[in-house]
Order: sequence, then C-alpha cells, then structure tokens
Amino acid sequence: MLNVLDDTINPVEPFLRSDRMPHIWCPGCGIGTTVNSFARALIESKIDLNSLALVSGIGCTGRVAGYVKLDSFHTTHGRAIPFATGLKLANPKLNVVVYSGDGDLSAIGGNHLIHAARRNLDIKVICVNNLIYAMTGGQTAPTTPGHATTSTNPYGTFEPAFNLPHLVEAAGAVYVARWTTFHVRQLARSISEAFAKKGFSFIEVISPCPTLYQRRNKMGDGLDTMKYYKEKSKVKNGAPTGEVGLTLNGEIVVGKFVDRDRPDYQTMMRAQYVESLGERYVEMADPEQPELECVCD
Amino acid sequence: MAKGRVSIVVERCKACGFCVEFCPTHVLALSSAFNSKGYHPPHVVHPEKCSGCDLCGMYCPDFAIYGTKVAEAKIAEAKAAEAKSQKAAGGEQ
Amino acid sequence: MKADPHGVLTGTHFLDGDHACCEGALAAGARFAAGYPITPSTEVVERFAARVPTVGGCFIQMEDELAASIALQGGVWGGAKAFTVTSGPGFSLMMEHIGYAAMTETPCVFVDVQRGGPSTGLPTLPAQADMMQARWGSHGDYEIIALCPNSPQECFDLTIKAFNLAEEFRVPVMFMMDEVVGHMTEKVVIPPADQIEVVPRKHTRKSIEDYLPYQTNGDMVPEMAHAGEGYKFHITGLTHDERGYPNMTPAVQDKLVKRLQNKIRTAADRICLFEEDRLEDADVVVVSYGITSRVAQRAIDAARERGLKVGKLRLITAWPFPEKKIADVAAHIKAFVVPELNLGQMVREVERAASGKAKTIAVSHAGGGVHNPDEILNAIVEASRC
Repeated sequence: MLNVLDDTINPVEPFLRSDRMPHIWCPGCGIGTTVNSFARALIESKIDLNSLALVSGIGCTGRVAGYVKLDSFHTTHGRAIPFATGLKLANPKLNVVVYSGDGDLSAIGGNHLIHAARRNLDIKVICVNNLIYAMTGGQTAPTTPGHATTSTNPYGTFEPAFNLPHLVEAAGAVYVARWTTFHVRQLARSISEAFAKKGFSFIEVISPCPTLYQRRNKMGDGLDTMKYYKEKSKVKNGAPTGEVGLTLNGEIVVGKFVDRDRPDYQTMMRAQYVESLGERYVEMADPEQPELECVCD
Repeated sequence: MAKGRVSIVVERCKACGFCVEFCPTHVLALSSAFNSKGYHPPHVVHPEKCSGCDLCGMYCPDFAIYGTKVAEAKIAEAKAAEAKSQKAAGGEQ
Repeated sequence: MKADPHGVLTGTHFLDGDHACCEGALAAGARFAAGYPITPSTEVVERFAARVPTVGGCFIQMEDELAASIALQGGVWGGAKAFTVTSGPGFSLMMEHIGYAAMTETPCVFVDVQRGGPSTGLPTLPAQADMMQARWGSHGDYEIIALCPNSPQECFDLTIKAFNLAEEFRVPVMFMMDEVVGHMTEKVVIPPADQIEVVPRKHTRKSIEDYLPYQTNGDMVPEMAHAGEGYKFHITGLTHDERGYPNMTPAVQDKLVKRLQNKIRTAADRICLFEEDRLEDADVVVVSYGITSRVAQRAIDAARERGLKVGKLRLITAWPFPEKKIADVAAHIKAFVVPELNLGQMVREVERAASGKAKTIAVSHAGGGVHNPDEILNAIVEASRC
C-alpha cells in the first residue's frame, strides 16, 4: 500500500498480491508474520524473484502461495514437496521454496518430507507449526503436544508428538532451524542462510493459532502467545535436536540446530551419470523461452 | 525530531496488538476508532519516539503497518556510514 | 512441429508394448518422468531411466504413486513434457492428482497397464477393468481423454498421440494399455523424426502485464506459462477464476467446471478415433478395444465365414466415448456385441449411446487371460438371431 502522504511503501508490499488483501488469516495468527520475515530474507538475499517458485499444500499456511506475488502453486494436501521435486528437476535454475503447515508436511506429507531430506533435494522448506490442523477446525496434528485439547481429542491428546527438527535431521537435512513468530529477525536470517545453502533446508516456525489451539487450551489470544514465546523461548544454537521436543506450555528451544554440508541431489545425480556415461550423458535442456507477441503491432 | 514515521493501513488491521506490544519505544496504542470490519486499529501516541526501526512492520501479520526512517534521518545515517568507511580506509594506508 | 530427433529411435525394432510406449513418449518430446514400480508397467520407466540421460532429460523414482503423480506435474510447470506409468493399485492412488491435473489444466499423460483386480488382484495377468475408473476415478466433474492401443506398434504411435492431445487440450490423458499388449513383443517401426508430428506446449506469447493464467479466447483452452519466466502466476486446485485466484462461488464454479467439460466434449468428433470394418451391411457389430479387439477379430472373421453379417468397431479413443458413432450405427443394426476383460464397463456406454435402437450383448470376462474367440463367436451368433 502506497502511503500517499510520503511516498513510502511497506517493504513487504512488492511481494504481496495486494489485490487479494486483506487475507483470510485470523486476528493474531502468526502466518502473516512469517511472510514478513520471508520477504525480508528475499530482499536481503537479493534472490531473483523471476527464478523463484513457491509451492504450498493445503491448510492455513498453504494459503501463503495465493498471497505472494511469485510463481506460486497451491497443490494437494501433503504433496507440496513432490510437486517441488518435479519443478526443481525440470528446471534446476529455479529456487524452490515449500511453504506449508505442520499437518500438511508431517502427517499426510510425512513420507515425502523424509524422502526429500534423504535425497538432500535443493529446496527450502518453511514449516509453520501451529501445533494443530487449523483450517479444518482444530484437529490433532502429529505435532500437538500431549494433554492438549483438540476437536478430535476432546478429552486431551495422549499421543507423543513429532520433534520435527529431530526427524528431518535424522532423514538427512543439511540446514535445520526453529524459531517462533516472535523471533522475526532471526527467522529472516535463517531463511537467508537457507537460500545461500545448497541442499534440503528445513525451518520450523512456531506460530499461534488463537482461534483453535490457543482458545481450546485456554492460552489466551495471539498476543498472549507471542508473550509466551518471548518469555519461554531459549535460544540454543547447535542444540542436539533430540532435546528440542515441545511440551504443553513448556520451554521452546529455538535456534539454528543443524548446518552441515552434503552434496545435493542434483550434484550427486550429475556425478553419477558423468561417471557412468561420460560424454554420452545429456543433461536436462533449459526450458524453451517463448517468443513473446510484439506489443507494438 | 523523530527519526522515523509509522504508516498504518487501517482497513487491513485486525487489532491483534502485536505492533503496540513490540514497539521498542511504545509509540503506538490501539485507538477507539473502528475500521469497516469493526477492528480498532493502532494509532501513534508518541510520534517523537519513533526510530523507524520497522519492528511493527515485521510483526504485523496483516501487512497493515510499517515504519520508515524520515529523509533527514536517512541522510544522517548515510553520512555516518560513509565517514566510518573512510576512517577504516584511512587507517589501512 | 516435428519431433526432436534426439528422442527418436528411428528404425525397425522388436519391442514389447511397454518398451514401445517409452519410445513413443521420448519421440513425443517427454523429458521428465516420475514413476513408482508396479507390475506389469515397470518396464516403461525402466527403459526411460536408461534412455533419458542420453537424450537430455530426467527420471526420478519417487517414494510412492502419490508422489509420482504430482511430481510429474511439477515437471510440467517447470517446462517439460512429463508422464507417469502405473497399474491398478497405483492408478487408484493417483486419482486425486488426476483430478488436480484436470482442474489446473496440466497437460500430461498417465499410462495404466491394466491388470487383474480389484486390489492386488493378478499382478502379472491382463484385465480391462479400469476403464470406468479412468473416466470417473477422481472426485468431481471433469473430463479426460483415454486411448487404448492394441499392439506394440500402437503403443508407440498412440503414446505420441496421447501427448499431443494432452498439450492441445491441456488435459491429463489416460493411456489404457493392458498386460498382454504391454508384454507382447512385435515389430515396431519408428519413423524418422521429421515424419513425426508433435504438438508443442500452448505457451502464452502475452506480456507479463497482460497474461492471465486461465483466460481463454473463445477456444476454451487457456495459454500456459512456466515457472521461472517472470509471469508470477498462481495455480490452485481450488475453484478459481481467470486470474488463477481462488474464487469459491457457485457462479465461478459453474463457469469453470463447464468449460473443463466442454473443451473436450465440443471437440469429441476430432478426438474420437476408432477403426471400423464392414459396417455397411452389418447386422451385428462387435465393439472392442485393446487386446480383446485382436481376439474379437478372429471371432469376426469366423462369423463372416459362416455367412453372418458382422462388422467391427474398434475403440481407439475410449473417452470421450464416441456416442455419436454408436448412435448412428445402432440405427442400422440388430445388436452390438461388446467383449471386454471385465464384468461390463464400456458396454454400459454402448448401451447408453444405442438408446434402445439396437440390443447390446456383453461378453464379460473376469480377467486373468484373454477370451476364447469362441465365446465371442457364440455371442455374435446369438446376436444375429435377434
């Protein structure tokens, strides 16, 4: 939105589909806040926006794809990562970001998450974790902490929750970080670092869902949750991921946990083919650029 | 003289209160006015304290507020940055 | 435009249907496939995995069919022609993404080498029992195109056709093989590349400012852009308008879904391919497809030798169903005989299109083998007595 008084513009505005504002996310939801950090990271990293594709799944976070002014794909539930795989392999020059929620990525999409990490596919995954299935009304997610109340566990959850950083580290991710929506600058920095790195990057962002998770568990509203993040988060860069599990109302360990180097999928693929086929190996050709209509005619 | 200025996009605001809470210099408060959806957007109560840090903009989930440095502050900052780099270059010679 | 010679294995070959299908895909310009192993289709992607790194493309074996069926669509939006290959249980898993391809108008090919079902069924034996599933398998209203080859040569030729139709209509095309056609080895002639017509991607030529992803100019098929070209478009499986943005109202739904249907239905005459023989004086017409059409040929010839007036109508395009052709033929004959390796699927379409003007006799087979030609002959004889 252009401020007509002084010609200033919100730094995030060039990245938004302004014609679709205001968005559908609830008051106090943190997804929009993560988009601010994402936009700052894009500015800071000087990423060519014409070579960036964003893929999301289904859910509240899945709606990010529809609000960012990028080549964006709102795919099926749990399948953003395999779609992103196809995009990246067909056009290796693309920077591919998967932006989706905890249910989409770790429940229905769990298999694809671990395989992409195993392959060390060069994609950046931003997982907004609000500990619930929000869009569908507040059902238990694999990340919902024990003893929380949800619509499908009305008497309290009792399943152990996934520790997502631990899971993706074990599967092979080369960059793993967790922040909350309170840590806006650190989140932007992590996203920038992920862009500078080749390989599978996973950034978890703990975010409020005031309408469902917080309300059902009597944790106040979005602001109360942000204050809780501020108070109860502990920055422990390099912490062993096995020790960063979350509990109901407990301490939240945040930080950059994993930053290592492994050859990415396409590097390994090329090396293997070159070794086996030598000169016979022909790489994927660049997609043909279309000839545009001459506007002047 | 404030170093920064806040711009508020009233119609996007959902009155979550993040900007009011996290502004480091407490420039903002929720107003008693309504936007067309019935939310109370923030308003500037201490304009002289705004540094233009844009933390409000970074926190706002609705892209409804942002802070910018005023022109004079930007110029002063640029001068200071240039002086610093010149000093560093001079020291190396 | 002509095929890219790098993908065309010109020459006379001795190939099975699976292998010929892979060559057809390469000749059509397919440079990306995402697959998952399943008998009896696996050879298609195994050959692709061996061939494509020397042609200039990429193959990835994904972790399941759910992944394969959407990874190929990512490949399409990244700029490649892409396909996947499966059989019954995998086809079932792919249904959601077939619907996604139809809704987002992603041009691509899904090869189903049909085997005995339901469930795990008969992995190494033929059936033709996925025909209705090919048409209706995903939820909601949408149209697809389905082709049925009956020989390895057709597995080559019609795969090219499948890709061409996919690009022309921006639709997922179902390539309905069966285990016998997939595993039978016959002569396959692959012509020089300059004798092969391929349809290029319907890429927009509009400027970035003017382009809308789902705007059509009267022909019902919008122009496409690829990721990475600066168009910054949005694609969603939600009901959407010309801008590609979700717009979930009955009015937009009506407009979108009817266009998805009509872009195929209004072109049915062009899309429907069939092979006909001796229909002019026929009392009985045998309608068949795939491997069953070759068994039926024996029965038809035997019946003619007995003096029965039998015609042949072989469906090459199963969907959209050639209802006009069936209706025209029904007016002049006594009965249709429809042998299939299933308990009655396409026969229902024949009956529907015939509208009571001719009888319809099914020659069912639960699958696991091909018909004995005598079964079909007996049905022809019975039909002649109507």
